[in-house]
Amino acid sequence: MLRLEKRRQPSRGWAWATPLLAVLATLVFGGLLFAALGKDPLVALQTIFYDPLLGEHAFFYRPQLLVKAAPLILIATGLSLGFRAGIWNIGAEGQYIIGAICGAGCGLAFYPMEGWFIFPLMVICGALGGFLWAMIPALLKVRFGTNEILVSLMLVYVAEQLLASVSLGLLKNPQGFGFPGSRNLQQYDSAHNAEIFAGTGMHWGVATALIAVIFGYILLNRHLLGFHIRLTGEAPRAARFAGVIPARLVVFCLGVGGALAGLAGLFEVSGPAGQVSIDFNAGYGFTAIIVAFLGRLHPVGILLAGLLMALTYIGGEIAQSTLGLPAAAIQVFQGMLLFFLLAVDVLTNYRLRFGGRVKA
Amino acid sequence: MDLSAINPVLLIASLMVAATPILLAGIGELVTERAGVLNLGVEGMMITGAICGFAAAVITGSPLLGFVAAALGGAMLSLLFAFLTQYALANQVASGLALTLFGLGLSALLGQGYVGIKPPATPRIDIPFLTDLPVVGRILFGHDLMVYFGIALVAAVWAFLRYSRAGLILRAVGESHDAAHALGYKVRRVRVLAIMFGGACAGLGGAYVSLIRVPQWTEGMTAGAGWIALALVVFASWKPWRVLLGAYLFGGVTVLQLNLQAAGLAIPVEYLSMSPYLITILVLVIMSADKSRAPAALGRIFHAAQ
Repeated sequence: MLRLEKRRQPSRGWAWATPLLAVLATLVFGGLLFAALGKDPLVALQTIFYDPLLGEHAFFYRPQLLVKAAPLILIATGLSLGFRAGIWNIGAEGQYIIGAICGAGCGLAFYPMEGWFIFPLMVICGALGGFLWAMIPALLKVRFGTNEILVSLMLVYVAEQLLASVSLGLLKNPQGFGFPGSRNLQQYDSAHNAEIFAGTGMHWGVATALIAVIFGYILLNRHLLGFHIRLTGEAPRAARFAGVIPARLVVFCLGVGGALAGLAGLFEVSGPAGQVSIDFNAGYGFTAIIVAFLGRLHPVGILLAGLLMALTYIGGEIAQSTLGLPAAAIQVFQGMLLFFLLAVDVLTNYRLRFGGRVKA
Repeated sequence: MDLSAINPVLLIASLMVAATPILLAGIGELVTERAGVLNLGVEGMMITGAICGFAAAVITGSPLLGFVAAALGGAMLSLLFAFLTQYALANQVASGLALTLFGLGLSALLGQGYVGIKPPATPRIDIPFLTDLPVVGRILFGHDLMVYFGIALVAAVWAFLRYSRAGLILRAVGESHDAAHALGYKVRRVRVLAIMFGGACAGLGGAYVSLIRVPQWTEGMTAGAGWIALALVVFASWKPWRVLLGAYLFGGVTVLQLNLQAAGLAIPVEYLSMSPYLITILVLVIMSADKSRAPAALGRIFHAAQ
């Protein structure tokens, strides 16, 4: 019979191998899923994973990869800090929306003035918006012990309603012929999050995502605060003896996560999306949770996982148009990945043993 | 604005309908949590139940079979969670989130052919004399079967937890899995069963949304009801009857804001629509002062070392 035996130390080898194993298992089961939907599984997998990178039209899709990966990496890096410490911010989607609203609102307030200072100011407003939205669950948790999972999630629905409200009212384009949605920021030079190098997809959000990854790496590996975060997650009691103040950690982790999600929203709304509209949010805040776990809550891992997840988004869109693969199939595919990841993760901390019981 | 358009009797009657999905999902999650398992996948199981029930009801033409299928669908999905948390010893919060993300995708995939179809109508129970009673008739009688089933389920869970031996074992497992294990109880088996019960109830709740409350299928139609059900359990301090009270309170808020929207209150629709979520947060804040009622082993991983 099969049983699990706890390892003294988590296995380093398995820590690297489990994400790969999970991706492999997802490919196999994803292929089966596509086959069940009546598509050739190999063609579908090739369309999703090969064509955007090396296929015929890859020059068109490669920049998209950075555009889609940037918000995922930004949000996931922020989330991973909290997840490490056992602080579960799952309302990144809401912080992303509020960041976009605040940032775009700031930019539109200056319209039609031009000035170099407008975009940096929008960036600050975006981060601040996300930060303040995340402060609601943080302060409620610190002050009243309220569950941050439920509060941050409820605030996603509140943010969605706010988004609908501002795109129909406050931020609506006065010259938009009555259509919902704000002015297009891509046509407003001072507020446009343009590509740093044209045609590469490299906009300011991508640059910020890379900075966030480096910042996250240094914080977790070379800084006392990062050590406290890891300690709190692994041994909360020991952390208290080490002088960690849990309340401060809650505020810090949720605040950073919120600010990064808000930044992601601002860069999206001022760049690729262009305007605040009712259905502006695309679920990045939730997919980033998968990215964070796929990257094993490690900044470098998150960078790779974000690119992989972006690939499934782009490949999924291609498969949707060329093979008629339903959009939901990609969502299932992404969900499956998280499942396999959690399932094989047991191998990092436990050893599989066959045979009977060992005498204690 | 015309407040007189709001009929209090109809309001209470429709409140009971609005409350039933979260009541069913909430009472299921309560049992799961009393066994010491925090399953954040309620939303995913609800939406899966919603489409399973909808599809089964459309295919067979029987709403009753639809509800059976919904319960099975929810329970099947919850088995994934049970495997992850009880056998692969994965983190319960992460696994629950995975279940929700996966369930939302799966339901969208399953539901593709069912958009825009009307499900077979669920008959209301019409007792000739009683339903015609002036005020009480409309409130107490004349609902569909599931409204009463929900209330009966609350009573059954209460009696089960309080008076039965199995209920005592379940509570013991939830309070201290090590002690329960030492006494020879099968911690894993109890928890898997509790998780499946929670899944089945969430499935029923979801099917109630798609078959009766709305009734049609749209992607993501549960719109956070699963998360409200989770909040409901906290609100109820893990006590069955309080789940009923809480569900009717939330149902009341939902119905009231819908009625105010219809009556054309001067507040924009979006602000009214966010009120149930805001009130949930408010209630969580008030209730979280008292943490003593939470099962002691809630969310902790059990691994029986030899």
